[in-house]
Amino acid sequence: MVANRGKPGLRRSLRRHWQLYLLIVLPLAYFVVFKYVPMTNSVIAFKDYNVVDGIWGSPWAGLQHFTAFFSNPVFWTLVRNTLLLSVYFLLAGFPIPIILALALNEIRQGFFKRTVQLVTYAPYFISTVVIVSMTILILSPRIGLVDQGFGFFGLDAPDFLGNADYFRHIYVWSDIWQTAGYSAVIYMAALAGIDPSLYEAARVDGATRLQKIINVDIPGIMPTAVIILILGAGNIMAIGFEKAYLLQNPLNLGQSEIIATYVYKTGLLNADFSQAAAVGLFNSVINLVLLLGVNVISKRVSGSGLW
Amino acid sequence: MVKQGRKVKNTGIDRVFMFAVYALLLTFLAVVLLPLIYILSSSFSSPNAVSSGRVWLWPVDFTIRGYEVVLSDPQILGGFANSLFYTVVGALVSVTLTIAIAYPLSRKGFYGRGFITSIIVYTMLFAGGIIPTYLVVQSLGLLDTRWAMILPQAIGVWQVIIARAYLRNSIPDSLYEAAELDGAGDLRILWSVVLPLAKPMIAVIALMYAIMQWNSYFDALLYLKTDDLYPLQLVLRNILVLNSPGNGMDAAAGIERRHLADLLKYSLIVVSTAPVLLIYPFVARHFTKGALIGAVKG
Repeated sequence: MVANRGKPGLRRSLRRHWQLYLLIVLPLAYFVVFKYVPMTNSVIAFKDYNVVDGIWGSPWAGLQHFTAFFSNPVFWTLVRNTLLLSVYFLLAGFPIPIILALALNEIRQGFFKRTVQLVTYAPYFISTVVIVSMTILILSPRIGLVDQGFGFFGLDAPDFLGNADYFRHIYVWSDIWQTAGYSAVIYMAALAGIDPSLYEAARVDGATRLQKIINVDIPGIMPTAVIILILGAGNIMAIGFEKAYLLQNPLNLGQSEIIATYVYKTGLLNADFSQAAAVGLFNSVINLVLLLGVNVISKRVSGSGLW
Repeated sequence: MVKQGRKVKNTGIDRVFMFAVYALLLTFLAVVLLPLIYILSSSFSSPNAVSSGRVWLWPVDFTIRGYEVVLSDPQILGGFANSLFYTVVGALVSVTLTIAIAYPLSRKGFYGRGFITSIIVYTMLFAGGIIPTYLVVQSLGLLDTRWAMILPQAIGVWQVIIARAYLRNSIPDSLYEAAELDGAGDLRILWSVVLPLAKPMIAVIALMYAIMQWNSYFDALLYLKTDDLYPLQLVLRNILVLNSPGNGMDAAAGIERRHLADLLKYSLIVVSTAPVLLIYPFVARHFTKGALIGAVKG
């Protein structure tokens, strides 16, 4: 009997579980073809890609596409737009779900609580296209809801859609509108996991509800909040293409053109594959570095990280 | 005595505090609900009332004209049918592949599961990007086919993590041992033991995939050229965001037509979003659970 040798060897595992290996072939092929081949395809960032010679046959171009991008006047605008949008997004979007979760946690189970949860969670399931259309309709001059609201107080509403300065606010706040309820769920779960004896102790000490929130609830959800913040910071350069592209119009391009939309336009609309791949690769690398960096810092400071 | 005094004072403070909590929650509720109600009532108002901005929270000159036009537009109906196809087939393919990878990864005797898991999770950290992925889809000959909507996003890493965690936690080793003693192979065990027990998890990830597929427009924008293949979201984008009118609107003329085009947007939003929001209350609880398994185990 060779059994019970702790870790199973590959040979023995193959013999006993060949059906499992058979099963996993197809999904693994998916990851190779649609995730890993694209990574190797990134090599076209260092080549002059043309359709005839293909990815590997096209001539090498060195760092030419990168230097061209870095010296392009549009470079700093893109980096600035991407960074400002995502940092704003991260900072404004962070506290609101926490506030919602803390407030929901204070009231007792019942119709009102369920209604608030159900309603605030719902927009999460609405598509980006519809969210953007709703935003445009609601903000549109003359007929939109917001315009009417301003009119009710006898004020003229600013031109939200035509002025580039409003782009970031529209992007960020429509996103908070959509996802705050969903994000709050994770904090609600963290709150439910807090040791009840801490509340008991707070009650014995005669703490007010607010003191209880500050001294028990907030420390209790800290680890969760840190992880969510790290994940957000790691995604800073990967801010969504989908929504920015939909919200773009000729009037707000100065602030709404971000790296992801630029990649799409250069690559697929102007068919400059190599240049676009170089910009995309630059973005991915910065993103990875940011994620790893933030994780290290967070481990040092708070003791909790992703891994 | 002192203690009691403090307690009385605290309940006073707490009452004010609770008032603030309810006020805050009511604000949240109103802010989320108002736009939704506005869209819904606009969709039932006359084109004229919508275009002159007279609709607020209640339909003005009630009519279902917008819905009549939307539901008779061939472009929109085609998009609807396509989206239905992508959603159903996509969810089927995705769930099958996700189980096919999550099941082996959940088994203790499966050699290399740590390695394979890290290979998969790594794709969350670093991605090839839009252009390199586009080149893969192109070289496989999938451009402008229905498969381009299904295959490139077939497996979600998040869903694999959720499925694996569920299988690991809800199926005890003793069950596998008993099945093996009965001479059942791993596939047989999957079919007759694991899948019946995993029904709730399968429902959750199927819904996640289905809603993702129903709501997505990006892959269609990248990979599809032919109008006939467009999913609803891309048709919506063309009508709602780019303002290019659907075919059905050619009938109306001039100002009337512009007004109708405005009204149509509201009806379109309702028609395309209603299916998802109507099933949502019934699945929300499971959705939350799924998200939490992922959050804890990931």
